[in-house]
Amino acid sequence: MVVTVRLFATLREGRDKVIQLELDSGSTPGDVIDQLGISQKDVAILLVNGRDGQMDQVLSSQDTVSLFPPVGGG
Amino acid sequence: MHGYRGKILRINLSDHTFRTEPLDKEKALRYIGGRGLGSKIMSEEVDPKVGAFDPENKVIIATGPLTGTPTPAGGRYMVVTKSPLTGTIASSNSGGFWGSELKFAGYDLLILEGKSPKPVNIFIHDDEVTIRDAGHVWGKTTTETTEALVKEAPDKAKVLCIGPAGEKLSKIAAVMNDINRAAGRSGVGAVVGSKNLKAIVVKGSSKPEIAQAEKLKEVVKQSRLKLKENGVTGQGLPTYGTAVLVNIINESGVFPTNNFQTTYFDKAENISGEHLAENFLIKRESCFACPIACGRYTKADDIEGGGPEYETIWAFGAACGVDDMKSVIKANYWCNEMGMDTISAGVTIAAAMELYQRGKIKDEEIDEGLSLKWGDAASMVEWTRKMGLRDGMVADRMAEGSYRLAESFGMPEVAMAVKKQELPAYDPRGIRGQGLQYATSNRGGCHVRGYMISPEILGLPEKLDRFAIDGKAEWVKIFQDLTAYIDSTGLCLFTSFAIDVKGYADLLNAVVGTSFTDAEVLESGDRIWNLERDYNLKAGIDPSQDTLPKRLLKDPIPDGPSKGNVTRLEEMLPKYYEIRGWTEKGIPRAETLEKLGI
Ligand code: SF4
Repeated sequence: MVVTVRLFATLREGRDKVIQLELDSGSTPGDVIDQLGISQKDVAILLVNGRDGQMDQVLSSQDTVSLFPPVGGG
Repeated sequence: MHGYRGKILRINLSDHTFRTEPLDKEKALRYIGGRGLGSKIMSEEVDPKVGAFDPENKVIIATGPLTGTPTPAGGRYMVVTKSPLTGTIASSNSGGFWGSELKFAGYDLLILEGKSPKPVNIFIHDDEVTIRDAGHVWGKTTTETTEALVKEAPDKAKVLCIGPAGEKLSKIAAVMNDINRAAGRSGVGAVVGSKNLKAIVVKGSSKPEIAQAEKLKEVVKQSRLKLKENGVTGQGLPTYGTAVLVNIINESGVFPTNNFQTTYFDKAENISGEHLAENFLIKRESCFACPIACGRYTKADDIEGGGPEYETIWAFGAACGVDDMKSVIKANYWCNEMGMDTISAGVTIAAAMELYQRGKIKDEEIDEGLSLKWGDAASMVEWTRKMGLRDGMVADRMAEGSYRLAESFGMPEVAMAVKKQELPAYDPRGIRGQGLQYATSNRGGCHVRGYMISPEILGLPEKLDRFAIDGKAEWVKIFQDLTAYIDSTGLCLFTSFAIDVKGYADLLNAVVGTSFTDAEVLESGDRIWNLERDYNLKAGIDPSQDTLPKRLLKDPIPDGPSKGNVTRLEEMLPKYYEIRGWTEKGIPRAETLEKLGI
């Protein structure tokens, strides 16, 4: 299955902003960041299709995973 | 006295007299300083029913006990007055270096009374206070005014001023200091303008005393470490500034677009913090004693200056359907130069665009060469400048803010405002606690009276389900109370991403020599909150105004990640009133006021 991964802020360093990943079925956001060489501690916010996601949730084909380092402001 | 300087400077602008008064320390400790103490003095001295532009209204410029001390990000001051925009008590916060300089001059607060017969500037150099003619700077922009006045003052003096918008009584005018820092919201700049006061130039030469200097060193070291190790204050804000929020808020589908008609902006990348950092950032800027340095200094074509902040980018960006960062930078520049609140200015233009979309503003009513079409970036920049000058029929009405603009064209529901103040950059239909916060904020539509984005989106201090209702009233109350306390100390609210209640108590205790517990910190915030509420009720701000624009209550988000949601305010409000100790009608109970000693 194919999922879209969107990276933001410092997670873009050395990587593309948007990446299409071919994954085995049953894959999770945890697998996605492993595959991209991102350490879990660098991900502060994880969204799946714009909703709060979990590192161990099973992804579906066409899902969008958005990953952010710690960000804030206001 | 420690932390405090122990002195208030009271200036009567009607007869150009002034005097100093001792600070009542007991009162100061009950209301801390800044927003709290300023509001307390307002409640004692200014009839809540007074008109904002009446000479009887006062402007209280209040530092906190930590302003100008070595505490991290302790350089803030507050402008407290009755707002011409909302009719509520207003307190607008600003950073930079002016607030700490006022402390160095030996004052905790300035109380400005009356109305000068002609435009004047106030110069303060320690004990020396002069009130001088301002004819030569009246009508000038913020930069022109500041550059002219520093030449008339001692070396390194700091300038606070209003721009043309404040002079022309725009209800969204800001008080500016250090050129690009703004006490932006609620039209406080117009109240200064109504008093014929253009600027206050300050130079000071002594520091506040510290109660426990050794202890403070230790506490400051710990807080700085916490700020450095925290991802938001140690990395996110220093690297990208507040603009880094554009993508996270948009990806969550709560980035209001085209005046809150939709909540996902497909061109957000073009106005993102990442894009700003890559293409327009010249340098970072910091306020007094701040290790975070979230400020940006940017350049677009021949225009350069401070900002833009996240809220500004959104207001002149997605809210107006604009995806051109250069134009956002230019509109931000005009707001600084005219002395206008960027949130209110951008949202007011967005309201005008919707009025045009709905046929309420007609082509023939629009100034030649301009349009009110969604996404017309060049026109948006020009509308901003014209609004500051009240130049033309539509721009003149814009200067009154979105509510009065929309009402004048017969469609007030187009104004995305609470208590007539424009909402900021988060759609509450997908962030339920933030909706409750907007509705109950004591100065109307505002995100910095209780930043529920922190737990509901950013996961700080813990992640809450943004669509949940349960528990939100409790969270909102704690955030509002803690914010009221922070706003009163003189610290920057951004420290709260990393510093907890105990950390704040430690900082105050070491500087002032008090022994505030965590509970007392929150209780002082609760006291300030209730005092403001009480003032607003007496001013005639009925609890029925604890609401949101109809669009946010009734129209589900049409698409994107938060599709299908409305705010569900009515399910949270009763609980909120209850835990505040208010009646079901939203009136503080006598025992609540008594318990807090109001
Ligand atoms: S965090 Fe930003 S706004 Fe706050 S004091 Fe520091 S530089 Fe100023």
